[in-house]
Amino acid sequence: MTSLPAPTKKKLGLVIDLDICVGCHACAVACKEWNDGGDFGPLADDDPYGAEPLGVWFNRVHTYEVQSTGANDAGGNAQLDLLHLDGASTAAPIPQMVHFPRSCLHCETPDCVTVCPTGASYKRAEDGIVLVDQDKCIGCQLCAWACPYGAREIALPHPQTSTSDAGRKDSKRGTMQKCTLCVDRIYNETLDERDRQPACVLACPTRARMFGDLGDPDSDVSKTVAARGGYALMPEFGYQPVNRYLPPRPRRDGSHAATAVATPAAETLETEKLPPLLRWLDKALSR
Amino acid sequence: MKPALSVIFFTVLSGAGYGLWCLLGLALTAGIYPPAAGALVPLAFGFVLVTAGLLASTLHLGRPERAWRALTQWRSSWLSREGIAALITYLPMLAVAWCAYAGRENTTIRIAGALLALCALVTVWCTANIYRSLKTIRAWRARQVLPLYFMFALLSGGLWLWAWLSLTAGSAFGSGLPLALLALAVIAAIVKADYWKHVDTQPAGTTGHATGLEMLGRVRAFEGPVTEDSYLTREMAFVLARKHGARLRRLAIVLFTLVPALTIMVALGAGAVWLAPVAALAVIAGLFIERWLFFAEARHAVAAFFPQRQA
Repeated sequence: MTSLPAPTKKKLGLVIDLDICVGCHACAVACKEWNDGGDFGPLADDDPYGAEPLGVWFNRVHTYEVQSTGANDAGGNAQLDLLHLDGASTAAPIPQMVHFPRSCLHCETPDCVTVCPTGASYKRAEDGIVLVDQDKCIGCQLCAWACPYGAREIALPHPQTSTSDAGRKDSKRGTMQKCTLCVDRIYNETLDERDRQPACVLACPTRARMFGDLGDPDSDVSKTVAARGGYALMPEFGYQPVNRYLPPRPRRDGSHAATAVATPAAETLETEKLPPLLRWLDKALSR
Repeated sequence: MKPALSVIFFTVLSGAGYGLWCLLGLALTAGIYPPAAGALVPLAFGFVLVTAGLLASTLHLGRPERAWRALTQWRSSWLSREGIAALITYLPMLAVAWCAYAGRENTTIRIAGALLALCALVTVWCTANIYRSLKTIRAWRARQVLPLYFMFALLSGGLWLWAWLSLTAGSAFGSGLPLALLALAVIAAIVKADYWKHVDTQPAGTTGHATGLEMLGRVRAFEGPVTEDSYLTREMAFVLARKHGARLRRLAIVLFTLVPALTIMVALGAGAVWLAPVAALAVIAGLFIERWLFFAEARHAVAAFFPQRQA
């Protein structure tokens, strides 16, 4: 049923800390590996070892360059200052690099569910996870069109090469695939309890990814979001994303960018190296 | 958006078929279609157009053999509603065909004709809403989209009806239909030009807004997630050939307005009714270009996440 369930009390989702993500892509690789063999796999690839590999990833890491324009930043006229070769006294901000993992936000009221003509795309009433029933999906791709976050990718409707994951029975799927929030991990009682988390969360070497119930204001993830000013992506669509992004923290000087040319430090005078007359003069004038 | 040929064939051909059925149904209801038995050929031609379009649409599916499942979610999905409306429309079509075949030029064929016209319009309405309902593609939210789907369906289908009437009844049928189609062609061009103007002035979504990083400053996509293309960049961040947009727009207007307008005027003025199929074919060709641009020029919100590419 592709009508949305009543608002779910439990809202499982991810919180991604853009301040400490180092862009290592470990989450994306761990996701691909787990889900390739999980209940919703395989995440088939076309031409996987060729010149133009094409395949489904539930999680992709982008990298953005942010050029600070804030009023409280040093060197507001960075572009102009860079043109002045004698700009020793001005500070040109280095752009800040922000690594940005992008995956399904498990929205509360997403159109990707309601546009589905078959009932394959659905939102779970018990925990809010958005899933695709691979046995019902006809691969019309309307759900992918309806998602502004690029969370859905179709699996090989028309493989271009004969070597597509050679030897795999299901290499032509033709169905829509997306993040499952590792639903086959988080409730998996054969796993150790601390392993019952999405593969991306476990793989992150900097703990930039947190998993939890964002519907519970007392959960760790909700508290972190409240403390760090976590935000939702493109709220104007009205899909009410559950996942939250924690913005990069300001730099120590209050700006959002490092300074390329440090303000020259005050000159130091090594008085003991001065000739006696000047050393006396310095001492006299320093009084 | 990537302009998929299957979807272009579907919307253009089915649209023409439904437009043809709609006008034919209205003519039968009004009792001005002479004689009703002659309705079988245009009805069958509409059937070919509609069915060819619907079959083409299944080529867009990754799993066409499961297409029947699309009939289940009419409560929420416009695609599902469209599928159901398309199938239901075959029922009054069969009723009209039976009436025409059995020579029942009475109330029955009038009711069947009215139902056929209504169902055909509802189906086109559902088709337009599939696209109109996508918030992520701002161009398709424009108020011109729905009227254009109706106008193009009636124009392209109506010209085929006129072509059939001209070839069989000569100019005896009168000039009401061609003059109405002439006006429709002109209005469609004006509304389409208005749509293009509207789309051109829409600001593209920015990377800073999509990522929420605009609060920190100017944002530029430095690196995409992978060096090669992905489904997302191929499907949603389609920019190829937008540079030919202006020329293609002019060509489309020539084909779907100028050619039929001139043809209608010459046909009526000089009695050269054999020209009618030329107009019908030109409009179909023009609509293929128009529909290709409808997809190719539409920007999807997700493209803002990716490095901007040169067109």
